[in-house]
Amino acid sequence: MTNNPQLNKSGQLQHLLTTEGLPAPILLTILDTAESFVGVTERDVKKVPILRGKSVFNLFFEPSTRTRTTFEIAAKRLSADVVNLNIAASSQSKGETLLDTVNNLSAMHADMFVVRHSQSGAAHLIARHVKPEIHVINAGDGRHAHPTQGLLDVFTIRHYKRDFRSLRVAIVGDILHSRVARSQIHALTTLGVPEVRVIGPKTLLPSKVERLGVHVFHQMAEGLKDVDVLLMLRLQNERMVSARLPSKEEYFKYYGLTQEKLALAKPDAIVLHPGPMNRGVEIDSAVADGKQSVILPQVTFGIAVRMAVMAILAGH
Amino acid sequence: MLLPDAERLLADLTERIRREISTDTAMVGIHTGGAWLAERLQRDLKLPLPLGTLDISFYRDDFDKIGLHAQVRPSDIQFEVEGSDIILVDDVLYTGRTIRAAINELFDYGRPGSIRLATLIDRGGRELPIAPQYVGAVLALPADKMLALEKSSTDKLSLRLYDKALRDND
Repeated sequence: MTNNPQLNKSGQLQHLLTTEGLPAPILLTILDTAESFVGVTERDVKKVPILRGKSVFNLFFEPSTRTRTTFEIAAKRLSADVVNLNIAASSQSKGETLLDTVNNLSAMHADMFVVRHSQSGAAHLIARHVKPEIHVINAGDGRHAHPTQGLLDVFTIRHYKRDFRSLRVAIVGDILHSRVARSQIHALTTLGVPEVRVIGPKTLLPSKVERLGVHVFHQMAEGLKDVDVLLMLRLQNERMVSARLPSKEEYFKYYGLTQEKLALAKPDAIVLHPGPMNRGVEIDSAVADGKQSVILPQVTFGIAVRMAVMAILAGH
Repeated sequence: MLLPDAERLLADLTERIRREISTDTAMVGIHTGGAWLAERLQRDLKLPLPLGTLDISFYRDDFDKIGLHAQVRPSDIQFEVEGSDIILVDDVLYTGRTIRAAINELFDYGRPGSIRLATLIDRGGRELPIAPQYVGAVLALPADKMLALEKSSTDKLSLRLYDKALRDND
């Protein structure tokens, strides 16, 4: 446990860098705490004073609107002061190193860093570098991890399906480049989901992905059979350029989620997507806006889950 | 040390509160002991407004020292707080800090017309100017002791004394 850089000496959450290796009780505490924050966000005053006087710095070295906004809202609803830094457009382009940037912001008495970076391991590097009273949350690093997305997905699944131990979950699409998929897989297996499937073309599945404890399918017809939960992944346009896929149209034909393909899953199956969606590429509008879609509740729950992570970290 | 019978104290409290409420009065209990008491009061006094419960974890003044409680339960207030007549219920009143936090949380739902405070036990030791309107019993206890309300499998309430070192105190 001492080797896990996310935990302090007492085994409590010090940073949130990845869902990999996080013990189930810590995951469940985050989900249970988030449950209480859902209530807070439904009140007239959507704010609690718990992080009053704390400073949260959103360090985004890679563009993101949605994730940054939800972290900002979460921090503000905890009464923290929030500073947003889009570093692509600032000092880094003047040659400052990542750790110099962090040192400078630490000197401004930051209490928490929320980090998004195109390089895998960037949040780990910062977490190892900062003083023990500073907490780091990984908001997506390269292909590695996006733990709050993975957590909000399992929160959403638990909200609709209650018991993880009886579920069949399928992750569909570009697993190879997806930090979201990795974070989902680790969270789902730790929470006891007996069958996690990945479905996608061979060119978009990492080699030896079975080692993560998942079942591999290349055809939607087989992979979606008797599934309770479908986790759709965003197909990034740049993958087309890298010639891993012939065309969007062809991808949609085989892997795009339509009503017909969704009918292969259980009748009460739910559909999740981390956003932003490419309608007509990985998901058809009829499904995205259909009654089995829980894509918008995911966004709402995402704020409660991020509030829970911040509140738990700040207390340790 | 002989502790008073919680069921008798509650029955006594119920009768005193009965004389000073209307059908517009709402019961709000503080998790966990206060919520059990409020539930019983609401049922026995046949109050029509839905029972409210508060978990004051996000409003505590010692968050910097002790962090977040491992088991935070959702607060649940389903009636209109604006202008309402509230009786706030806790099991043991001590420093008054929990009540301060609970009042702050209630105000984030709206501006109540009035809030009264009911507690099964007042053990003194106030650190804030908080005064209850309804008290089951006053008990002087050593500072290293903690008093807690417990509920049996048959929903019978009783009081139990702990050494503070053995249990984290609310």
